[in-house]
Amino acid sequence: MLSYPTVRTSLIFTAIALVGLLFADIAITAANPWKDLGRFFLGVVTPDFFSTQGLATALLRTVAFAFVGVALGSVCGFLLALVYRAYPVRIFCAFIRAIHELFWALIFLQFFGFHPLTGVLAIAIPYSGIFAKVYSEILEEADPEPGRLLPPGTGVISAFLYARIPDCWVQIRTYTAYRLECGLRSSAILGFVGLPTLGFYLESAFSQGHYSDAGAMLILFYVLIATLPLWVKPKLLPVYILGAPFFLGDGMPIVWGNVTRFFTEDIVPSPLKNEEGWAGMGTWLGDVFVNQALPGIWNTVILTQIALVATGLIALLAFPLISTHFGGPIRRTSGHVFLVILRSTPEYILAYILLQLWGPSMLPAVVALALHNGGIIGHLIGRQSSSIALRPDAPTGLNRYTYELVPRVYRSFLAFLFYRWEIIMRETAILGILGIYTLGFYVDSAIQNIQFDKAMLLILITASLNIGVDILGRFIRRKLALQTMPTC
Amino acid sequence: MLLNLIRKLAAASLLVFIASATASAQTLVFTAIPDEDETKLVERFKGIADYLSGELDVDVRYIPVKSYAAAISAFRNNQVQLAWFGGLSGVQARELVPGSEAIAQGVEDTAFYSHIIAHKSTGLDEMENLSDELRDKTFTFGSKGSTSGRLIPEYYIREAFGESPEDVFARVGFSGNHTRTLRLVEAGTYDVGAINFSVWDKEMENNNIDTDAVKVIWTTPSYPNYQWTIRGDVNERFGEGFSQRVQEALLAMDDPALLESFPRSGFIPVSNDAYDPIRVVGKQIGIID
Repeated sequence: MLSYPTVRTSLIFTAIALVGLLFADIAITAANPWKDLGRFFLGVVTPDFFSTQGLATALLRTVAFAFVGVALGSVCGFLLALVYRAYPVRIFCAFIRAIHELFWALIFLQFFGFHPLTGVLAIAIPYSGIFAKVYSEILEEADPEPGRLLPPGTGVISAFLYARIPDCWVQIRTYTAYRLECGLRSSAILGFVGLPTLGFYLESAFSQGHYSDAGAMLILFYVLIATLPLWVKPKLLPVYILGAPFFLGDGMPIVWGNVTRFFTEDIVPSPLKNEEGWAGMGTWLGDVFVNQALPGIWNTVILTQIALVATGLIALLAFPLISTHFGGPIRRTSGHVFLVILRSTPEYILAYILLQLWGPSMLPAVVALALHNGGIIGHLIGRQSSSIALRPDAPTGLNRYTYELVPRVYRSFLAFLFYRWEIIMRETAILGILGIYTLGFYVDSAIQNIQFDKAMLLILITASLNIGVDILGRFIRRKLALQTMPTC
Repeated sequence: MLLNLIRKLAAASLLVFIASATASAQTLVFTAIPDEDETKLVERFKGIADYLSGELDVDVRYIPVKSYAAAISAFRNNQVQLAWFGGLSGVQARELVPGSEAIAQGVEDTAFYSHIIAHKSTGLDEMENLSDELRDKTFTFGSKGSTSGRLIPEYYIREAFGESPEDVFARVGFSGNHTRTLRLVEAGTYDVGAINFSVWDKEMENNNIDTDAVKVIWTTPSYPNYQWTIRGDVNERFGEGFSQRVQEALLAMDDPALLESFPRSGFIPVSNDAYDPIRVVGKQIGIID
């Protein structure tokens, strides 16, 4: 069995995670974690939909930011996809998508403040980068045949619109719709840094122990995402997109001088600003690297590797819940509901909840990342396993699981896992804002100390780390000849 | 179809700008550092907004923010003109906005202090000086940018142990605000925490503290804290003497319910210089460049 490269890769990664566990800070520090967890679940089953003022507005804003952000992102992404062959464009896109929405929001907050543009751009920019990449892949895979059949002299634009687009239109539409769901999640968590979306109220309700209010918000959020196919219809889309900008709220007016100041003063490294020259710059860089970047990178990598393997375990355990090869329709329906809840809850919110309940350590982050990502991958390979036709005399139960299904879905399972590697790392970094000592913690500290030069440097380091893992992940997928479709 | 869609999207994005450019220019907007539970802050500052708007004849609006830095940024970016800052956030904000001034502080803010509190399971008792008994306990500050929940306690911890808090304690966290520090230590999530006396006293008065679970073990010497800070350019925007009118309105505030919500017994004039000790400590710890 060890001769299989997929098995070898899995074992290597498991070993890395196990070694990581030795160094990781895993603990439940709360005195009564289960009592609090109980109170939280009690809150979820006794939701109070009316106590939070402005909850309806918050939901509306969440949807509005998602629509405007994703729409803007998809248009820019599409335009970038047309020139995606150019190397600088690729690098640019890799770079903007390597920075998490919350980091973008934290950057824009410094000069746009609480203006709707902050939230819109925080979603639109990283999404442009992702759209550009995926759209260009879809366009590349389009059948070239229709183009060859066009009469000579057909314009480039006409050829593109009539011969290329129709072939991939369905895929583009499906992916964009899928991205809208991701956009709703992104939009919700932007509230955690102060934008007027759901996260704003969720954070307040949680931090004050108002679990019934928090439960109500979570339930509304799940309903919103689960009913997405019902209320997002192609015909209604223009109405939503045109209407959404009016529901972003007023915020505060932009002062353009702040923008100039941010780029020409705030983010200039302080030794250069204070004219301490390159010697001062060296000390400054050394200090940031040794005291912030390195511990941040170390914790981010450890947490990512543990979360990656935990994600894999959850996915492998969860996929039978919705597979047609196991259980009856009732089991499968509840399995579906369970997995929808897992993948609809952003890691950030899950981690936030668990941190409140269990106290600070890497454990809440690992569990949150594993549940959310494991839910997504479990859902995808569960669906795939249902399409496998087994022999009538195939074994049942555990043998069916271990000998029939897992080997058949294992390659796509690994493909999804390595695809999500970079996503898990991006989220791991951002969870630092909640107080786990990953890179996000140091970025947040720098921002809290009004040291934007440090914050920007640390964000750039985080982005490079993500790009590195993305490249490594793609290399491994190519080595193992794994193919996958994009997830978010 | 596609071009049509693109056109619509472009129009939509343009509308974002237009829709947002209509905020009124003659509203005095203020904020406050989120040092306590949000519900309490909103209640308190809605009252202040109504009071100020009656006294000053301009619309006054309070916006809640999620972090100390967000309050400072909003003030610096002129999206708010007035703010209720802590000692440290006030120093940071005034350094970033030349001409801005501390105009009023609470009577209690001239000699403010912080408590170190501990969960009963630690067995810690009131102590004269911060002692080695604290070593290897878990410890939580309030917000990273807090004066009473971080800066001053950290200063005295460094002074007592000659090491950074990360080296003294087994685990160092930032709860976010004082109410949460209290809840976390009360629940035993952290052994020890730093909280300001004002929040502690108020919660004690309202019987919101389980005194069997948590108690004060040490108190810092006093230092200047919270103050109202106003931007220097408000006079150009709202009329000559506006800054002074705001100050007078704040000093004249005598509604017991409003004062109780802080809680302060009243407001007194203050100047930027009063916060020099805070700046010095901030520089020593490296929070201020």
